[in-house]
Amino acid sequence: MHPAYSVIFFTVLSGAGFGFLSLLSVSDIVQRSLHSEFKLLCYGFGFVLATVGLFASMLHLRRPERAWRAFSQWRSSWLSREGVLAVAALAAAFLHAAFALVYGAYPVLTAIPVLLLSLATVYATGMIYAQLKTVARWNSKWTPTCFLGFSIAGGALLYATATSMAPQVQFSAGYPLYAMLALAAAWAAKSIWWKRGDSAKRISSAESATGLGGIGSVRLMESPHSGASYLTREMGYRVARKHARKLRMLAVLAGCAAPIALVFASIFVPGAVFWLSLASLSFFAGSIVERWLFFAESEHAMTAYY
Amino acid sequence: MTSLPESVDSKLGLVIDLDTCVGCHACVINCKEWNTGGYGSALSDGDAYGSDPLGAFLNRIHTYEVAGDSERSQIVHFPKSCLHCDDAPCVTVCPTGASFKRSEDGIVLVEENWCIGCGLCAWACPYGAREMDPGEGVMKKCTLCVDRIYNENLPEEDREPACVRACPANARHFGDLGDPESDVSRLVAERSGYDLMPEQGTRPVNKYLPPRPRRESDGISLDGLAEAERTGSDGFFGWLDRALERLG
Amino acid sequence: MKIFEYPAFNKSPKVSDEVRKTTCYMCACRCGIDVHLRDGKVRYIQGNRDHPINRGVICAKGSAGIMQQYSPARLRSPLKRVGPRGSGEFKEISWDEALETAVSWLKPIRETDPKRLAFFTGRDQSQSFTGWWAQQFGTPNYAAHGGFCSVNMAAAGIYTMGGSFWEFGQPDWERTRMLMLFGVAEDHDSNPIKTGLARLKERGAKIIAVNPVRTGYNAIADDWVGITPGTDGLFVLSLVHELLRSGKIDLEYLLRYTNAAHLVVVDDGGPRDGLLARGDDGEPLVWDRARGEAKCWKDCGIGAALSGKFEIGGGLTAIPAFELAAKKYLDSRYAPDNVEKATGIAAAKIRSIAAELAHAAFEQEIRLEQPWTDWRGERHEFMIGRPVSFHAMRGISAHSNGFQTCRAIHLLQLLLGSVECPGGFRFKPPYPKPVAAHPRPCAEHGPGRPMPGPHLGYPRGPEDLLVDDAGEPLRIDKAFSWDAPLSAHGMMHMVISNAAAGDPYGIDTLFLYMANMAWNSSMNSLGVLEMLERRDSSGEYVIPRIICADAYSSETVAYADLVLPDTTYLERHDCISLLDRPICEPDAAADAIRWPVVEPDRDVRGFQSVLIDIGARLGLPGLCKPDGSPAYADYADYMVTHQRKPGIGPLAGWRNSDESGSGRGSPNPNQLERYIENGGFWTSRVPDDALYFKPWNSAYQKWAVATGFYDEPTPYVFDLYLETLCKFRVAAQGHGARQPPDHLREQILDCFDPLPAWYPPFEDALGDGDEFPLHAVTQRPAAMYHSWGSHNAWLRQIHGDNLLYVPKEVMDAAKLDDGGWATVTSRHGKITVRVRRTAASNPRTLWTWNAIGKRKGAWALSPDAPESTNGFIVNHLIDELLPPRPNGMRWANSDPITGQAAWYDLRVRIEPASSGPASPQVPAQASPVGLGDGMLEYGKEWSE
Ligand SMILES: Nc1nc2c(c(=O)[nH]1)N[C@H]1C(S)=C(S)[C@@H](COP(=O)(O)OP(=O)(O)OC[C@H]3O[C@@H](n4cnc5c(=O)[nH]c(N)nc54)[C@H](O)[C@@H]3O)O[C@H]1N2
Ligand SMILES: Nc1nc2c(c(=O)[nH]1)N[C@H]1C(S)=C(S)[C@@H](COP(=O)(O)OP(=O)(O)OC[C@H]3O[C@@H](n4cnc5c(=O)[nH]c(N)nc54)[C@H](O)[C@@H]3O)O[C@H]1N2
Ligand code: SF4
Ligand code: SF4
Ligand code: SF4
Ligand code: SF4
Ligand code: SF4
Ligand SMILES: [Mo]
Repeated sequence: MHPAYSVIFFTVLSGAGFGFLSLLSVSDIVQRSLHSEFKLLCYGFGFVLATVGLFASMLHLRRPERAWRAFSQWRSSWLSREGVLAVAALAAAFLHAAFALVYGAYPVLTAIPVLLLSLATVYATGMIYAQLKTVARWNSKWTPTCFLGFSIAGGALLYATATSMAPQVQFSAGYPLYAMLALAAAWAAKSIWWKRGDSAKRISSAESATGLGGIGSVRLMESPHSGASYLTREMGYRVARKHARKLRMLAVLAGCAAPIALVFASIFVPGAVFWLSLASLSFFAGSIVERWLFFAESEHAMTAYY
Repeated sequence: MTSLPESVDSKLGLVIDLDTCVGCHACVINCKEWNTGGYGSALSDGDAYGSDPLGAFLNRIHTYEVAGDSERSQIVHFPKSCLHCDDAPCVTVCPTGASFKRSEDGIVLVEENWCIGCGLCAWACPYGAREMDPGEGVMKKCTLCVDRIYNENLPEEDREPACVRACPANARHFGDLGDPESDVSRLVAERSGYDLMPEQGTRPVNKYLPPRPRRESDGISLDGLAEAERTGSDGFFGWLDRALERLG
Repeated sequence: MKIFEYPAFNKSPKVSDEVRKTTCYMCACRCGIDVHLRDGKVRYIQGNRDHPINRGVICAKGSAGIMQQYSPARLRSPLKRVGPRGSGEFKEISWDEALETAVSWLKPIRETDPKRLAFFTGRDQSQSFTGWWAQQFGTPNYAAHGGFCSVNMAAAGIYTMGGSFWEFGQPDWERTRMLMLFGVAEDHDSNPIKTGLARLKERGAKIIAVNPVRTGYNAIADDWVGITPGTDGLFVLSLVHELLRSGKIDLEYLLRYTNAAHLVVVDDGGPRDGLLARGDDGEPLVWDRARGEAKCWKDCGIGAALSGKFEIGGGLTAIPAFELAAKKYLDSRYAPDNVEKATGIAAAKIRSIAAELAHAAFEQEIRLEQPWTDWRGERHEFMIGRPVSFHAMRGISAHSNGFQTCRAIHLLQLLLGSVECPGGFRFKPPYPKPVAAHPRPCAEHGPGRPMPGPHLGYPRGPEDLLVDDAGEPLRIDKAFSWDAPLSAHGMMHMVISNAAAGDPYGIDTLFLYMANMAWNSSMNSLGVLEMLERRDSSGEYVIPRIICADAYSSETVAYADLVLPDTTYLERHDCISLLDRPICEPDAAADAIRWPVVEPDRDVRGFQSVLIDIGARLGLPGLCKPDGSPAYADYADYMVTHQRKPGIGPLAGWRNSDESGSGRGSPNPNQLERYIENGGFWTSRVPDDALYFKPWNSAYQKWAVATGFYDEPTPYVFDLYLETLCKFRVAAQGHGARQPPDHLREQILDCFDPLPAWYPPFEDALGDGDEFPLHAVTQRPAAMYHSWGSHNAWLRQIHGDNLLYVPKEVMDAAKLDDGGWATVTSRHGKITVRVRRTAASNPRTLWTWNAIGKRKGAWALSPDAPESTNGFIVNHLIDELLPPRPNGMRWANSDPITGQAAWYDLRVRIEPASSGPASPQVPAQASPVGLGDGMLEYGKEWSE
């Protein structure tokens, strides 16, 4: 599948944004508040991250002026659901934060919707891909699991970073530890996803696609068009396997090993803000590679025709 | 809306005969010329005269080598357009409702004025039957010539898809596949018409007729046919004389 | 909510304001089309259901007519060259200036030495007009593209049967039980063949395709014979061997309808050796078995002898032609086991095909309850059919043994009795037409006067050659010389090289119409470009002037000094005439017109009208009235009022003032309106009792005379034995006044066999097969017409570049990568191309689509278009001359009998190459029409 940058940035940024929002809301639910005003800043950051991501996704639309229509089909379409949920989650976060701004408190009652809607949004994003029978790698419950894992890991990293920056709060090893756990869990899910994906049999082949398998093996002799087409651009993209292996290593290094090491360092080496910020950036970089591969390694059933 | 209709009144579709398709692309271009001024926006062509031309087409011909006999492969020309699936995943994924299946005749269409060009329906279609228009940025697909088949401005006999009317090899047939008595249903039954990618669960309406088995030799031998006299000792010219005598 | 309700859409949208019916010219098939117009623009083009050729269907090219009509490559105004030849630098000029320039060049030529004008037309379908014009001008140097196309088929067909494959006949699609298709990818009868194949499939008739490549028609055949190129003759004669061996031949047919019984003189090495024994009236003799005497063939039908040696008086001995044939083909040389290796076809397969042919012909005999009377007056209660048919085209003709191979196929048809019978191969009127009814070629010319006869024709023997007393060719292309005695269509592919070499003489002006000779219709294209640019010691171009009439910015346009821009086919009058290459069906005579269904939006003029204008300005006879004023206002006027013979004009329909005339009649000023009302064409059905056995059917002969095809009934027999060839042989043996040059004697003795023969293609015979072990051929893609379509935005997306298909064995042996680059080397040149693995071809044959590669800058395409970077033509590998023989002589790379260019004799080898682009590359030509650009959204204004 063609790795479109708008979609890669969208899923990574908004995923982290919603993850951050959900962890902020968790902290409100368990009443482990950061400094109120700083927390407002954090909500603002999460909000912006998620929104920027959503706008990035708009770049992917060829007719964004009609995007409002995408809210209409929530009954059947995961993409529509994602849109509805994202807006709802942002609205909930806005309400929650607004309440805090006005009344100086973060009520559990308004925090719960933020948590549920944020996670639901990320789940819906995952389901957009997971529902597609046409892309064997994606068509698995592990796809939304990974999306959720990465969202929460990103959120946790940001949260730990935030605690390291927050005024009037004693930085403790707890948040980095949670972040490390979340990171490990996310990458564990991802490795299962990869493993599954590598062995996931494409359910369609040139033989089933053409129905000619009964005669013998089927091989494209001449393409319907000598140049490219929308289909070959969009679905025909496939990264070379050797190249993919290297990129996977890079993703794991930047997105998992390095952040974990940096988070670990933040506990023992002075300068937690620095280490944790670096860990977050590294994680984002790794996630972008991971997300690029998410598309580039995936093969569409339609390619059986080419 | 984007949910599929519970039932359809008829199942209009195409039957493609792989036994006679010569891969001439007539259906491809005629489809393009009909549709570029027809339903929805023009079917545009990016970089039309440049290094990287890329246009929207609703129908395409692939050519396959099928290794039938051990030595040399067979070639099958393979036309492909939207199959107007009963369980069309392209419809249910659509966030805007632009993609829909008509309950009247089962035709899957895109309401282009609603389409946001997200491309998800094309991802959902296993057949590669949808193409984004490079100019308009909306999703294009075979309309089954919905603006021909009912068109009262056309003579009755022309109310069939452009590709069917164009095809010189009579490899494309149009009709109601929901009606077991229709010509197309009979053809499918007679010739063991089949579905593409049944494993995708899309239940396509369009059917494909397989290439007939090659007829290498009909098992006739000349010796079986040769006349007894030929075995005479006077050879060919002896036979000739006798044969001429019989002629008079 | 309303915004979530699907807006009702119009299921009956308006299609067009008006439908105009004319004739397609996206290729030479000439289907009827319905052009839908909306707001003065072409909205949609579909096939005309009533049209005899296509009956409503249309092909990809025809459907893409819209993009041809609005192509950026259209020439916009007359052009005068300002840069060097080939640069593409031009200045736009007015028509007045253009016409005056042309006249100022042509007038002195005509007045001094008309042969210094070489007027050659390519895919021209107005040859009866352009040829006539050239005749009035007085130059002997006129021909159309047939010589490099398929003259082998035309000549072999006419000389053998008075009609040929190509588009002059077709299988009886309704009745045949078995069709053998030799070397056909697409052919001129593009749509008829496809609809025909579909009908055979419907009826369960069997199709056997003989072709080194298995695409297209060959892909849907029931059986595919992947023959080694150039060996079809051997394969067919092996089938003949089998049929003879087993007595599966139609003796009655041979006796009645062929010259099998005609007596051939035995005169070992003497001046009459191999000629037919003739009576005092000049008619061939046969031996009457019952009476034991020689008789005129006309007076003895099935009673004639087919074997024996007879004294026929005057001390002569003679043998029936059939005996010579039988003896020849029964030789074990043609036994399946002995041809297996050369042809690449298993002996068992050959035997089984022979059996199937015999079975279909004789066990599935057709009996139509249709009485008919033959020319001898004998009434037949039935029409007996042998439902086996054959069709063959360039896979046969584009070889140096193509004439004889095509003759071999005809021989097979005749032995099976399957020509002009129900279920067999049928002629389309005005064919059949024996050689005797065709003119002889003419080259008689002189200053200021027209030629007395037409340029092209069918020589009967050395006496008809166009050579001077010294044996030197009279024509610039050397057609009808000893090099190619039966070059019935001329030899267009030799014009530029001969003119550049001044051999046999130099010319002053080269006038090209509708031919892309600077690229895909030349052999040795790079060499041709050099010849067009070549200058003599004084700095003048050796071909001093070039006029090019084209509609688009082709490669050749860049080499013209003067460009006459033609209209598109939708903008002009054209005439698809019975005097030309008509669109008839076996069941009906037909002709058609084109008429301007859209107005040109550029300063262009229909070429034929321009030629009429130039002719009048030159004062050519026939083109001027006695008072010197123009005889015709334009081509439309010519189409209606011109008379070739009294009562016979370009259009056959609605003649006479009361419109009663079919074929014959006086001009009718309303004729074009009648055609337009009728959908652009006219047909006249052949009467039922005249539908088959046309050459011998008195009802047909009568109808043909009435329709104007013959002046009197012309029954004849098919020439299984071709005496004309023997006359050349006799000359080569030293007899007669006209003698071939010595270096050609051996070749004539070898190749001019009066009985169909097979000899290896000349390139194969060079004997360095190990160095060039592979064959390379091209095929017509169905969705592209030569070079016409690359500027067509839709078609170029299907064929924007091409790959060389390489058999898997060769890929593996040469270690080539699928999709990678390779160098292909021939005796003449080298190209670098991308390759694709295939297992669906003959294991020693490489192939690609024809004419896809383009010169940079041509056709208004951007210079980095895939047509130039990846696309290629194999023409760079083919030379018009074969490598020198030990004696230093170079033979033409063509059929020695007809001069047909031997495109498919090409032998090559292949090696891996590191990378692209395709080579050779020719530096970009400037585009006189600018470049096409950007996004195309045709029809946008009509979307709702
Ligand atoms: N390698 C290889 N070469 C081949 C062959 C092959 O099989 N292999 N085949 C050969 C054969 S059979 C043929 S016939 C030739 C064909 O080759 P050509 O006869 O050269 O034919 P085209 O390439 O079609 O070019 C004809 C010209 O006609 C112009 N044209 C198109 N429409 C119009 C019009 O309406 N008016 C005017 N005035 N001009 C127009 C085009 O722009 C083009 O420049 O190629 C030959 N060359
Ligand atoms: N779409 C389209 N139609 C066209 C044209 C076009 O350019 N495009 N061109 C028109 C013109 S000018 C012409 S002349 C006709 C030609 O029409 P075709 O006769 O169909 O010509 P080619 O495409 O050259 O196909 C020749 C076939 O012969 C095969 N072949 C080559 N060598 C041999 C051999 O030795 N033996 C056998 N048995 N087969 C062999 C090739 O594989 C190929 O399939 O088509 C006309 N129609
Ligand atoms: S073929 Fe593809 S686009 Fe057409 S209905 Fe089926 S899934 Fe949808
Ligand atoms: S591209 Fe258009 S039709 Fe397809 S899913 Fe998106 S909105 Fe629906
Ligand atoms: S039915 Fe109409 S839209 Fe569909 S492929 Fe055929 S011509 Fe195109
Ligand atoms: S028009 Fe008919 S024969 Fe030609 S490619 Fe289409 S389906 Fe095949
Ligand atoms: S076969 Fe030739 S004439 Fe007929 S529609 Fe196609 S391009 Fe036109
Ligand atoms: Mo040709």
